[in-house]
Amino acid sequence: MFLEAKNVTKQFANHLALDGVDIQVFRNRIFGLLGPNGAGKTTFIRIVNQIMAPDSGELLIEGRPVTENDVYRIGYLPEERGLYKKMKVGEQALYLSQLKGLSRQEAKKRLTEWFEKLDIMSWWNKRLEALSKGMQQKVQFVTTVVHNPELLIFDEPFSGFDPVNAELLKKEILELKKKGATIIFSTHNMSSVEELCDDIALINDSKVVLSGNVEEIRNNFKTNMVRLQIKSSGNLSFEENESYSVLSVVPKLSGWEVRILKKENISYKELICMLLERYDVFSFEEELPSMKDIFIKTVRNE
Amino acid sequence: MNKIYLIIRREYWTRVNKKSFIILTFLTPVLFAALIFVPLWLATIKDNEQKVFVILDDTGKYAPVFQDVDHYVFKYQSGKMDVPDQKWSLNKEIYAFIHIKEDLSNNPNAMSIYSEKTVSMPEVNMVRSVMEKYLENEKLASFNIPNIKEMIRQSQIKLNIDTIKIGKDGTEKESSGEIAAAVSLVVSLLIYMFIFMYGAQVMNSVSEEKTNRIVEVIISSVKPFHLMMGKILGTVLVGLTQFFLWIVFTGIIVTIVNLILGVSLFSSPDTTLPGAGIDGLFSPGNEATAVMKKLSGIDWGTLFVCFIIYFLGGYLLYSSFFAAIGAAVDTSSESQQFVLPVTLPLIFALYVVIYGIRNPEGPLFFWCSFIPFTSPIVMMARIPFEVPVWQILLSVALLIMSFIVFTWISGKIYKTGILMYGKKVSYHEIWKWLKYRS
Repeated sequence: MFLEAKNVTKQFANHLALDGVDIQVFRNRIFGLLGPNGAGKTTFIRIVNQIMAPDSGELLIEGRPVTENDVYRIGYLPEERGLYKKMKVGEQALYLSQLKGLSRQEAKKRLTEWFEKLDIMSWWNKRLEALSKGMQQKVQFVTTVVHNPELLIFDEPFSGFDPVNAELLKKEILELKKKGATIIFSTHNMSSVEELCDDIALINDSKVVLSGNVEEIRNNFKTNMVRLQIKSSGNLSFEENESYSVLSVVPKLSGWEVRILKKENISYKELICMLLERYDVFSFEEELPSMKDIFIKTVRNE
Repeated sequence: MNKIYLIIRREYWTRVNKKSFIILTFLTPVLFAALIFVPLWLATIKDNEQKVFVILDDTGKYAPVFQDVDHYVFKYQSGKMDVPDQKWSLNKEIYAFIHIKEDLSNNPNAMSIYSEKTVSMPEVNMVRSVMEKYLENEKLASFNIPNIKEMIRQSQIKLNIDTIKIGKDGTEKESSGEIAAAVSLVVSLLIYMFIFMYGAQVMNSVSEEKTNRIVEVIISSVKPFHLMMGKILGTVLVGLTQFFLWIVFTGIIVTIVNLILGVSLFSSPDTTLPGAGIDGLFSPGNEATAVMKKLSGIDWGTLFVCFIIYFLGGYLLYSSFFAAIGAAVDTSSESQQFVLPVTLPLIFALYVVIYGIRNPEGPLFFWCSFIPFTSPIVMMARIPFEVPVWQILLSVALLIMSFIVFTWISGKIYKTGILMYGKKVSYHEIWKWLKYRS
């Protein structure tokens, strides 16, 4: 366990931002902090960054309460990104790295490595305002990771990135994980990160409504939905029977896509055999519910 | 502490490298030097143009009155003249006509000056005083008392009151209430300007970081209070740098101009007060040397040290307010409602100074020099009038205590404010922030 929040509560003037939140983040895993806007994600992240202190509850890093020096071990990319517009890119990156505890020489060395890796060395002496938005994001990403933080926190990481840069960012994040970093994603756009996350916590209305391993959660919420691809040149008559009901039949270029709901009285193995006897099935896939579906279901059930 | 240093360093260098800073730093001394020299230069400049006055004397009695002096030439024509004809023959050679219609001792209104251009006040005064003197002598002579001129001269005692300040060590210095008042006004305006200028810079830089959203990144590695203090201290260093550069550059420019033009500020110590007669009326240069002599009666060392102390104190007090305002609001237009109450004491202090320099012993002037919100300006204005040391110390102590208290309060507002977006802040809201637990 790398980071643990125990019963964290934060009250603002007019609303309760976090209400007895328990969260566990495991070392070297990607943790998704999911939930709609205003649920309390940013407040939680600010508490982890020691920008704010909780009213009650505690925050532990490696089993002990966080200390002031722990901020050096964290790299934080806030949702609303910004740098000094009039300052030169290199000077600004040096400044931010030094604030994170690096010496000027060390910062310069590491920044040079990163800038060369991302092929942005030529921007070093440019003013930030001369760069495009996407370029600025790259600079900001470098300043977030330059001090080799053990914990990386990305608030809405992919918003504002174009697809090419978003892909680059994903690649870099996965590489950082490979090198041993623990990563927290915070987002309201659940589909954007669910493929990356190992564990998640769903926050709604200041409370954690669901948390755990992504695979487990999706399996727990699975609805026995199956998607089939069937080869057929002509019309397809696909009728439901005592083993499954049909949700949709859609024509595709190479045949049909059929979604069915398996009934409890039959196993997947039996279902596959049954289907193969009747149709020319070339793809059989269990459809796991998306985080969004799970979230909606969870919130409704409350 | 190392981080505060980093913040101060960044604040300092980005500001000092700004074009506006460089321009202001180099142009202001030129302006200062111009303010010093232009009046002196104008005063000492010799008008090479000859001005010809033609005296048209209907009475024929005043031939010997006007004698040529400096660049004024008097031409005399007596006998009844056809004035309108002569009057309109003004040309480049003739500057003005002095027309005397009747005996002036009977009718003092019988003299007029005609000219195309307006005749300047000193010139009119010169003509008048010369004529008055002549008439006076004539009148005295008509009493037929022997030696009356001598008697009168002896009975006229011209008083020349020097105001001398006696220092504790027995030294005597010439002082002047007017000069002290002028110095007061200048230093208090300077303090006012500096507090305002650099306070506003702190405010803008705080709100720039807030709107840029970079603040969240920074306070994830630095305590907000450290960020605020670093910003405030970095900016004040810029202010001090600018101030010292101004003094140095002004000094350099003054020295150079002195050498080139020979317009000297500190020469001719034998101050002769402007006496009667034509010469005295036309030598304002003497007045300038007199002013310089009186200026040297002011204790510039104390003034300078106090200026630095009160600038620092006043700036630290006010800039923390400005920082809090910059943090609390989203847009600069919103900041107006908060800036006004902060600047009111400053403006009030300036009014106190303007009235106080006429009556330096007045109670308002006295008390406002202790109240921390007004003391940096008001005490500075009192110092040229000599203030007991204990009063300065008390006032500085109060100032230091209050900036500690108010910086702490502002720090709380700042901390909450910089993370607050899209919310219209009110005084009520800010009051709530103050009550937050840290």
